[in-house]
Amino acid sequence: MEFFEAFVNMSGGSFAQHMVNGISLGSLYAMIAIGYTMVYGILLMINFAHGDIVMMACYFTFFGISVFHIPWYLTFILVIITTALLGVVIERAAYRPLRDAPKNSVLISAIGASFLLENLANYLFSGRPLRFPNIEVLSQNLSLGSVQIQAISLFIPVVTIVCLMILLHIVNNTKIGMSMRAVSKDYEIARVMGINIDNVISITFAIGSALAAIGAIMWGIRYPGITPMLGVMPGLKCFIAAVIGGVGNIKGAVLGGFILGLGEIIIVAFFPQLSGYRDAFAFIVLIVILFYKPTGLLGEKTTEKV
Amino acid sequence: MKKFFSVLLASALAVGMLSGCGGEKKDAAKSDVIKVGVFLPLTGDNAAGGELELRGIKLANKMHPEVLGKKVELVVADNKSDKAEAASVAARLIEKDKVKVIIGTYGSSLAMAAGNIVKENKVPAIGTSCTNPQVTANNDYYFRACFIDPFQGTVMANYAFKNGAKKVAIIQEVSNDYAVGLAKFFKEAFVKLTGSPDSIIEVANYQTGDKDFSAILTNIKAKNPDVIFAPGNFTESALLIKQARQLGLTVPFLGGDTWETQEFIDVGGKDVEGASLSTAFDREKASTAEAKKFLDAYVKEYKGEPSALTALAYDAYLIAIDGIKRAGTATDSVKIRDAIAQTKDLEAVTGKTTLDKNGDAIKAAVIKTVKDGKFKYTDFVDVK
Repeated sequence: MEFFEAFVNMSGGSFAQHMVNGISLGSLYAMIAIGYTMVYGILLMINFAHGDIVMMACYFTFFGISVFHIPWYLTFILVIITTALLGVVIERAAYRPLRDAPKNSVLISAIGASFLLENLANYLFSGRPLRFPNIEVLSQNLSLGSVQIQAISLFIPVVTIVCLMILLHIVNNTKIGMSMRAVSKDYEIARVMGINIDNVISITFAIGSALAAIGAIMWGIRYPGITPMLGVMPGLKCFIAAVIGGVGNIKGAVLGGFILGLGEIIIVAFFPQLSGYRDAFAFIVLIVILFYKPTGLLGEKTTEKV
Repeated sequence: MKKFFSVLLASALAVGMLSGCGGEKKDAAKSDVIKVGVFLPLTGDNAAGGELELRGIKLANKMHPEVLGKKVELVVADNKSDKAEAASVAARLIEKDKVKVIIGTYGSSLAMAAGNIVKENKVPAIGTSCTNPQVTANNDYYFRACFIDPFQGTVMANYAFKNGAKKVAIIQEVSNDYAVGLAKFFKEAFVKLTGSPDSIIEVANYQTGDKDFSAILTNIKAKNPDVIFAPGNFTESALLIKQARQLGLTVPFLGGDTWETQEFIDVGGKDVEGASLSTAFDREKASTAEAKKFLDAYVKEYKGEPSALTALAYDAYLIAIDGIKRAGTATDSVKIRDAIAQTKDLEAVTGKTTLDKNGDAIKAAVIKTVKDGKFKYTDFVDVK
């Protein structure tokens, strides 16, 4: 009943505003979920440090613009490169030594890497929130009729789709992409076939982390408070998004991100009294989808799971 | 586990001893001094707060050294920031030093640890800065000079009403006791002031750590509130206000004292300009004659600026002395308790103080508003 009441009472303007909010949030989730799913697709492990890589990228951006006064577009490029390097370093230090260890050990190592990054950030930058640099061009407000939209919110879906396209192209049509797919099928065999799997995995982490950096920059402009724990919630939500879409499937991650983002906004839009239970919504959707489709919406059937 | 049992055993013993002592006839010897117990953490984690409050009490004692024609003597006891210690120190003040009224403490858990001791021995205690509602709940012998956290909700409701607000939306950080308490008190007070339950047009919730508030703000914008009350953590609140401004929601935001941090302004930037909050004491604006005396004396004695803690401790002493004066006795602790419970419009540093039926202070609060990147005094709200 309340649903219909809310629906009838909602003006067209409010509805459009909710949709804009939902698409903007959903594409942010999608962006970060792609990174999760890529690493999973290749290594069959969940990189729990992914959210914290997002957090570190936010700090890098802060230092680039607010401390070293590098122009923002240059900073963005530098941040993407540094974050990609950070991803490679984490892989070298925390995952490569465990290449032949049971999958559970790698999972624990990932949780360890996540805590290490959080505490390192806490130690280096303190727990006090910093303000993400204000980039007027991207954070300015635009009015489209009664709908208010931040410039960045227009860019987020576009950037996400472009990244998705580029990524699909790399995975499907290039030599390195072919190696990635080979490694993901069976890395013992791939190794026998003469593929340098360490390199392939490093490149996978570099791309995954670069995507995290792009996600982080957009996240920071949209939600400009940076704290060491910033990556925890997006990390969890985007992991859910990746699982909803079928973990390991890049298009699935984007789909999952949109479902989650739009869903979170819509539940508050139509059931305002449920606004405190928004996070529960994400988990309920996850459970329902996994119940009917254990591999996620676009996931392929595999025999091995972490 | 072991430690838990030993604490349990120790407290059982302590209670046993106390009930044994309670039966003894206490004949208070006539003497020339009135002893007042001071119960504060002077060592341990809370020592810094305890020290600031001790300054306030000593200063008050210097300014008001006599009551009923007798000299007031402070018996200072250190509760060592430790709950077990707090209980035994309170017992010692009552048993050994025979004080008839106790002032303290900083730290709600320490006050609660002593709660049963003062209640069973029928000796009134006046908390300085313990803001947890549980301190005075179900305890007729514990009072306090500070207001409880949720009272800020009442203050902000009065402020909003005074400034002409008719329709208010509340956005609370639902996983935070403090925010929920403020929101509840605000709602009750505002409905009472306007006489209409419809004056609260929406109560929206969010969780600690949330970043995206666009959905609740879009809902609220459609309802056109005059003002939004949004108590909560400063980081979330700053993001909330920023997003409201992005959605074209221009109404003022009101909150609680958790906002009074530099980070709130750093993260919120120009968007938090005009956001208002309530706080207990502002040194720039001395509201009472007592406050002016206090400020002068403080500067002479300690140099620098007094903290709100020092002011509250000073007020706790005033409440104690005022109680003894009106009771007309310094030996009958029950009579003193009854007099303290009647405290009304006492001229104190942090405003005219009245104690409500729970023993919590009701008094004026200072409203501060963000202006040019600083928290500036804007108003004074007297809650009747």
